Amino acid sequence: MSEAIANQPLGNASAPGTTSSLLQVDSLRTVFRQGRREVKAVDGVSFSVARGETLAIVGESGSGKSVTAMSLLRLIPSPPGEIIDGDVFFDGRNLLDMTEDELRDIRGNEIAMIFQEPMTSLNPVLTVRQQLAEPMRVHHKVKEEDIEARCLDLLRQVRIPDPETRLDAYPHQFSGGMRQRVMIAMALACEPRLLIADEPTTALDVTVQAQILELLKDLTRQHGSSMILITHDLGVVARYADRINVMYAGRVVESGTALEIFEQPRHPYTLGLINSMPRLDASEKARLIPIEGQPPDLGNLPPGCPFSPRCPFAVDQCRREDPPLEPYQGQHLKACWVNVDE
Amino acid sequence: MTTETTPAAVTTRATTTPPLRERLGDNKVLGFIGRLIKQRPMGAFGAAICILLLLTGIFANVIAPEGYNHINPIDRLKPPSAEYWLGTDQLGRDLFARIVHGAQLSVIVAFAATTLSIVISAVIGITSGYFGGRFDMASQRVVDGWMCFPDLIILIVAVSVLGPGTWQVILILGLLFGISGSRIVRSSVLSVKQNIYIHAAQSMGASTLRILVMHILPNVMAPIIVLFTTRLAAVILAESGLSFLGLGIPPPAPSWGGMLSLDGRSYMFQAPWLAIVPGVALTIAVFGINMFGDALRDILDPRMKGAGSGRYVAAVRRDRPSSMRPAGGKAQ
Repeated sequence: MSEAIANQPLGNASAPGTTSSLLQVDSLRTVFRQGRREVKAVDGVSFSVARGETLAIVGESGSGKSVTAMSLLRLIPSPPGEIIDGDVFFDGRNLLDMTEDELRDIRGNEIAMIFQEPMTSLNPVLTVRQQLAEPMRVHHKVKEEDIEARCLDLLRQVRIPDPETRLDAYPHQFSGGMRQRVMIAMALACEPRLLIADEPTTALDVTVQAQILELLKDLTRQHGSSMILITHDLGVVARYADRINVMYAGRVVESGTALEIFEQPRHPYTLGLINSMPRLDASEKARLIPIEGQPPDLGNLPPGCPFSPRCPFAVDQCRREDPPLEPYQGQHLKACWVNVDE
Repeated sequence: MTTETTPAAVTTRATTTPPLRERLGDNKVLGFIGRLIKQRPMGAFGAAICILLLLTGIFANVIAPEGYNHINPIDRLKPPSAEYWLGTDQLGRDLFARIVHGAQLSVIVAFAATTLSIVISAVIGITSGYFGGRFDMASQRVVDGWMCFPDLIILIVAVSVLGPGTWQVILILGLLFGISGSRIVRSSVLSVKQNIYIHAAQSMGASTLRILVMHILPNVMAPIIVLFTTRLAAVILAESGLSFLGLGIPPPAPSWGGMLSLDGRSYMFQAPWLAIVPGVALTIAVFGINMFGDALRDILDPRMKGAGSGRYVAAVRRDRPSSMRPAGGKAQ
């Protein structure tokens, strides 16, 4: 079933190393083992990120977004996790074939990550200065005597007021939004070519969310870096992403530009996500339409399309055969047997 | 006019900024002592005892220049007097000199054995806790096996193999306390390594060694410091215990435990000061170290660092029982 996805040539796929895309992920599979049970957290995911592009990965909790991101840098705790199949080409080099040392050179240097929880992703016993300097020290990017100036510069870039006095502060003296700014500054310290932001604003106030996302967008634009933005918030995606991958049960169910996904969603799940989002232009009487049911148990997927039990459009074929991710229109891909028209 | 005021403003700003930083630098040491006295007066008292013990150990030869083994047979078993402040023992040796030199011995043994034990605890605990899996399984079963034997049995066997002596005692006590202490370090590592900042450090390309030293170690420092201070006192007691049994540092070395057992017990009724004085010395030393250790743990916690926030956290802690109890009681 999932082999069908793995072998399916994608519209935007081409030979690794010769593409203009910075990152090329091919049929990535990550499983977690619990005794005899095998949870397919990422089940044959393929996508690519072009230089300077922002790709959003959208889905509910447990749809495999974060595990996909972690798998890219091989940060899956093993055991119980294991990447069992697939390729991740970064600038033509396969990250999954690299030795631990080679990969360490890439982590934080060429690909940097921002985590979900700003409250706990900074080390409480180290000063902001020590933590900001760490990626530069690890990768020997900046000379020791220039590190302080660079730290100040980074704090200014992420718009932390009065950076000179903030540099020797401890994380507990910062608010959540400020900590996330520090995390962003750390991620940008070595000017990475790809930034993976794993729900960077989930834990923050709504007012701060927009600031942080604007900042991320500005900074990636300035440096010409690509970004993978992982989120469950479609509102965030609409504004900041160039392209969108919708994930469900460990696979990509729909992929297209932000406009395509919002204007013409072609997968019932995407449609459900959009319908369950509050809109300012809807009439006051209009109610949000939730997606019924629960996400499936990844250790025990239903036969056929994993979304079929919750899908209002499901036909018999959906419950028997797993739909491959196929081009619908040009670069707009969907994994659905049914033609959903609004 | 305006041209005059602007440079003045600039220069005042330029001159006020650097001293602020210097003042902050001073505050770290002064502020620490200040906070110790203010928040933990017993800790400050304990610290004073520790410093006194340390100074006595270092300057033992200055305080009691005649040495711990200067025999004066005429003045045997003299009670405390102006000449012999703490009296003399059955060989006419000045008890004060022996206590002072005993402090030196205790300090040396305590620091050497405790440092050794902490290094062993940290290395076993951090590697075992961080790497987990089979390595953790194997090393923890070895620790289990070791801890199955009563300490005294291990000590007696080790001394009978190695023979009594100062470095043997240090080695054995260091190993004994180090292996059991590794459990405490390991359990803190297990909780620390779950934190996202450890994951973030990995995602940043930090090597395993760097993560262990820069991220794990500083976060388990609080239990390690507590371990250090409690072990310091325990080692002094253990060394005395060994010497009391005749398994520690052999006479004529002035071990407090040895003095208690050999001279103290034999002449308990003729010269009670021979037992009382080393006993009191031991008690004071252990008490002081424990008090200081507790205070150190509370104050070195980085979440309490920084002048303002430190006071805030302390205030919250003090408030907590009165404000939380009624709510907690109702919830239960």
